[in-house]
Amino acid sequence: MCGIVGLFLKKEELRPRLGDLLTDMLITMTDRGPDSAGIAIYGDETGGLKMTVQSDTPEETFAGLDAALTEALGQKVTMRIIDTHAVLTLPKGSEAEARAFMAEKGIRVMGTGETMEIYKEVGLPKDVAARFDIRSKGGSHGIGHTRMATESAVTTLGAHPFSTGDDQCLVHNGSLSNHNRMRRVLTRKGFPPQTENDTEVAACYISSRLAEGANLGEALEGALEDLDGFFTFVVGTKNGFGVVRDPIACKPAVMAETDDYVAFGSEYRALATLPGIENARVWEPEPATVYFWER
Amino acid sequence: MQTIDMATTPLRELNSTLQAQAENTNQTDWVIENPKGAHAVAVGLDAPIEVTIKGSTGYYCAGMNKQATVHVTGSAGPGVAENMMSGTVIIDGDASQYAGATGHGGLLVVKGNASSRCGISMKGIDIVVHGNIGHMSAFMAQKGNLVVLGDAGDALGDSLYETRIFVRGKVKSLGADCIEKEMRPEHFELLKDLLERAGADAKPEEFRRYGSARKLYNFNIDHAGEY
Repeated sequence: MCGIVGLFLKKEELRPRLGDLLTDMLITMTDRGPDSAGIAIYGDETGGLKMTVQSDTPEETFAGLDAALTEALGQKVTMRIIDTHAVLTLPKGSEAEARAFMAEKGIRVMGTGETMEIYKEVGLPKDVAARFDIRSKGGSHGIGHTRMATESAVTTLGAHPFSTGDDQCLVHNGSLSNHNRMRRVLTRKGFPPQTENDTEVAACYISSRLAEGANLGEALEGALEDLDGFFTFVVGTKNGFGVVRDPIACKPAVMAETDDYVAFGSEYRALATLPGIENARVWEPEPATVYFWER
Repeated sequence: MQTIDMATTPLRELNSTLQAQAENTNQTDWVIENPKGAHAVAVGLDAPIEVTIKGSTGYYCAGMNKQATVHVTGSAGPGVAENMMSGTVIIDGDASQYAGATGHGGLLVVKGNASSRCGISMKGIDIVVHGNIGHMSAFMAQKGNLVVLGDAGDALGDSLYETRIFVRGKVKSLGADCIEKEMRPEHFELLKDLLERAGADAKPEEFRRYGSARKLYNFNIDHAGEY
């Protein structure tokens, strides 16, 4: 199993409520995935690049991290610490250097983006959401995941969402059967997955297609061709939100759309708390059919 | 009329209350409020009661139903009316995967669409879907009738036994050993009755019938490649 929730807002007025709505959605999916939980939030632009990093020993690791990185880059870096995560805001163009810095220090990079911040940890969804105070976070769209691990260990790095490109994230319910071969293919193409996790391979695949110039819809169509196994994917980009299910479509999915939002849930329960759901168009996404929205 | 609000009543209490209704109960009308997609609502009922669920339900609503009429005013999640024995289940919205799976009897009516694997391994239940059905529907279906007013997805009736399938719209593809068959007078009669009972506005003459070619019943070395 695993639970997925996603919310893509169409109206500016709802932005401050994004984290609150997503948290309620995420908690309803606890019994689909009590191992670990994660959420990607597309918040405000800062003019720089946000890099979300994680450490099991945040007090030691994050102490003076902003100053050290400022010195290494020769440019001002700011830092917000939230539990085991820290969001560093770097000057654009300094990502490669900052990643090398983190790799040298053994600090895990969860993701980077102009608007995206990513938080994931082992534990019950309600506890994970509370630790990162997801309720207080505003934004344009967000994707959350509750994990019941089948393919790799229950660790922070094995939790979803996976981010393998700036402002890109992917969550997955299912299991891929050709991920080892795809891992080699993607590594040769310059998009090497960092973990043994099958979902990260799918994330790298989407990132590689987007980098080659595909739009989100084309990248998801490609996943239907090139990835084998069971999947319901929900994908976020800076401006977009996409959904695709494999042709067998065992993994459940429900979508809802109103004038205010597009929402995804593994089950209707996850959508039942949304405002105006009584009058929303609610449907089950068709197998092997790509759905995506961009603003 | 009795009302049970799921916002304040735990699921087990709701189900035990409904399951405790005797054959000759006087409390025949029940309304369930605030299901909010909960799983296993109104399962295992065995009394001639009428249960109206106001909203949408999650997995396995009205499973193993006997005698009762369960009416969902929203949509139903996977496995609605799974293994139903008798009675009636009506879904005003859509039904998710494997609606009516393994059902032995009774009538399941879906007013919207049913997704994949509708009526998988059905064993005597009648299912009437006003909209479309998804792929692999009526897979290994043994007995009963599946009526679809809309279209059917891929591999309809794969490895079918003796269930009759009636489709008004297009069939994307037939599964192994499923073939179109002629509509004989008894089929028009049967369909007329089912459509009436399901409140469906359609004429039996508009439907095509599909059934088993009966070639996969016994192992045949010439068909080894088809197993």
